[in-house]
Amino acid sequence: MRDQETGCLFLKNVHYFDPSEGVLGYGNVLIREGRVESMGEVGPSGAVREIDGGGGLLCPGFVDLHAHFREPGYEYKETIATGSKAAVAGGFTAVCVMANTDPVNDNADVTRAIRERALDVGLARVYPIGAVTRGLGGEHLTEMGRLSEAGCIAFSDDGKPVSTSRMLRRALSYSRLFNRPVIDHCEDPELSDRGVMNEGSVSADLGLAGIPNASEEVCVARDLSVLEACGGRLHVAHLSTAGGVRMVREAKRRNLAVTAETCPHYFSLTDEAVRCHGTHAKMNPPLRRESDRLAVIEGLKDGTIDVIATDHAPHAPHEKEQEFDRAPFGIIGLETAFSLSLALVREGHLSLSELIYRLSFRPAALFGLPHGRLVPGGLADFVLLDLSGEWEAGRPGYYSKSRNSPFTGSLMKGKVLKTIVGGRVVFDGEGDVCG
Amino acid sequence: MINRLISPEVPAFGPHLLSVVDLSPEVLTGILDTAESFLEVGHQSVKKVPVLRGKTLLNLFYESSTRTRSSFEIAAKRLSADVINISTTQSSVTKGESLIDTVRTIEALGADGVVIRHPSSGAPAFVSSRVGCHVINGGDGCHQHPTQALLDLFTIRRKLGRIGGLTVAIIGDILHSRVARSNITTLSRMGARVRLVAPPTLLPRGIEDWPVEIFHSLEKGIEGCDVVMALRLQLERAAGGFIPSVAEYARLYGLNAPLLERVAPGALVMHPGPVNRGIEISGEEEFTESSAILSQVEFGVSVRMAVLYLLMGGGPEEVLAGGAVPDKGGKE
Repeated sequence: MRDQETGCLFLKNVHYFDPSEGVLGYGNVLIREGRVESMGEVGPSGAVREIDGGGGLLCPGFVDLHAHFREPGYEYKETIATGSKAAVAGGFTAVCVMANTDPVNDNADVTRAIRERALDVGLARVYPIGAVTRGLGGEHLTEMGRLSEAGCIAFSDDGKPVSTSRMLRRALSYSRLFNRPVIDHCEDPELSDRGVMNEGSVSADLGLAGIPNASEEVCVARDLSVLEACGGRLHVAHLSTAGGVRMVREAKRRNLAVTAETCPHYFSLTDEAVRCHGTHAKMNPPLRRESDRLAVIEGLKDGTIDVIATDHAPHAPHEKEQEFDRAPFGIIGLETAFSLSLALVREGHLSLSELIYRLSFRPAALFGLPHGRLVPGGLADFVLLDLSGEWEAGRPGYYSKSRNSPFTGSLMKGKVLKTIVGGRVVFDGEGDVCG
Repeated sequence: MINRLISPEVPAFGPHLLSVVDLSPEVLTGILDTAESFLEVGHQSVKKVPVLRGKTLLNLFYESSTRTRSSFEIAAKRLSADVINISTTQSSVTKGESLIDTVRTIEALGADGVVIRHPSSGAPAFVSSRVGCHVINGGDGCHQHPTQALLDLFTIRRKLGRIGGLTVAIIGDILHSRVARSNITTLSRMGARVRLVAPPTLLPRGIEDWPVEIFHSLEKGIEGCDVVMALRLQLERAAGGFIPSVAEYARLYGLNAPLLERVAPGALVMHPGPVNRGIEISGEEEFTESSAILSQVEFGVSVRMAVLYLLMGGGPEEVLAGGAVPDKGGKE
């Protein structure tokens, strides 16, 4: 990796877009020592490698604020190596990974181990998210200072909500010391009550225990009240309900320091998908009704929902291939996120520039990461896109170690041609990850 | 006997029976007519016909069950099938074997059909998508209990002569009831009006599109009904907070003789069993003539014979051959 970073790459014949300034141009991009040297009508002065972009769209690499790479502890589901391959194949050059590993990322040793492993792998940039409470136990705050120094860029007990309103209050207040956000998985476990899918007409038909919208909404309401009372920065993970979107919208109007993400499945599918995709349509929060799907899209349009994250949650086939109520929650998402999101542009909900903004610059800005820009002097982390390219999800396979996706076999529109991290091509078109 | 068996024109269904949702009124009628012809077998001195000779049926029960399991077993044996019963307490399931591995093993053993009773909704459908033999849902979670709904239809048609135009009240824990889910579909498909009678905590959310009328008051709900069907109350529902106590449930939703004065003349009282005496139903001795509960059990065997025969019997020609040339089965 180092060799090429010091080298020089000449990318010619591309449309390039910088979402931080909203600038679109056409021409060539010269990259030296991992950074953009110049762009536009520039020549290949001293470049060791030249790539013809074929007129594709060059954007800053996507930044995922929410993924599970499962290492350490659950390497049979995913590793930092396979997760990173999936990331760059999906156009993501930076990925924030959740703390629910084994051991939990609640101490600096685990944080450093994750970062070192990711550097060895040398594909996507991996940013660890530290736990809010020790062992995700919900009782004692982690040493957020040491975790921040070791490289944690945010804190979350994701997989479950921050246990109590008192703990949330402490976490939001204390994390202000380091200007790091607290990410909450908003769910009231009492209302979810062993539910396994959205509560509604589909769960009624299928006889499966339901998770009501109120389960998310009660927790969003709690979090916003606590945030208002004690300050700090709150990032709401995987927003899925109309009520949740409405409350975040109102809170933003009142200038509370809240941001939010949703995931492609919440604006692509409804709970009807459970009927045909079974456990591959099982995730938490669950796929909701059509009215919620539309509200999530509305939230993205008006900026209530800041970013699209993946909640990439790999599980092994033997875990998903069992009874619906026994299978674990979660689906993989890194490799399909861009294509699914591009549908929002085709359907007229978002402009292409808004979409790129919500996949790159906006998430980077939320967590203070130096990504999401395509400007002279900026990091050369890019994705080259073919907006009309078609491919079939999961065929012949996924780069992820797991294949738990309801989209497998679906026709995807919008293709990642190349992914570049630090001036080095890490994913090269027709199925090559340059590991 | 054999000739009469083939006579009902039953439109094709199968290869599995997972849910009643896909069964048209014609198929339902065909199954009931077939069951009718099997009713005689139970009254013969030799209660056996050779239509499933050489076939193996597996009863795979992940939940305790007396009547459904033995009903399937008797039905299969009367059709001359070989029957193996596996219950979770005595199998490798208790050693942690997954459902899919259990079923693959069973398939490798050469079963032609599997009856599955499982606490997880959707488990039989999951199995059917991964094995090559016939799968019959013997009750899955809170989802479906197709043969119960079929035997309930059969009981009503036999006792009252018709199904279309009747009003049927289903009383109790609709939320957790696979019996209710299957019955609502089959009854309304055959032209009955269905009422659900339950406290709000025991009704699912999202049932606006179900073809039912909802009542919270038992008195109003059973008024003028031709059939009242009480569901079994799992006693742990009180601990789950769905009802404050079993006693209060019995007071508000228990059937008894004075209440039954409100139903239509000649109405039936049904229950999928086993009955919690004094909770869903009390003082049954005062209305024995309207109780169809034991008939449901008896008819259950004929209905399950019909289902097994139609799914696994291999068609009229094979049946005819098996009946007309008794040696043939032995030579194969």
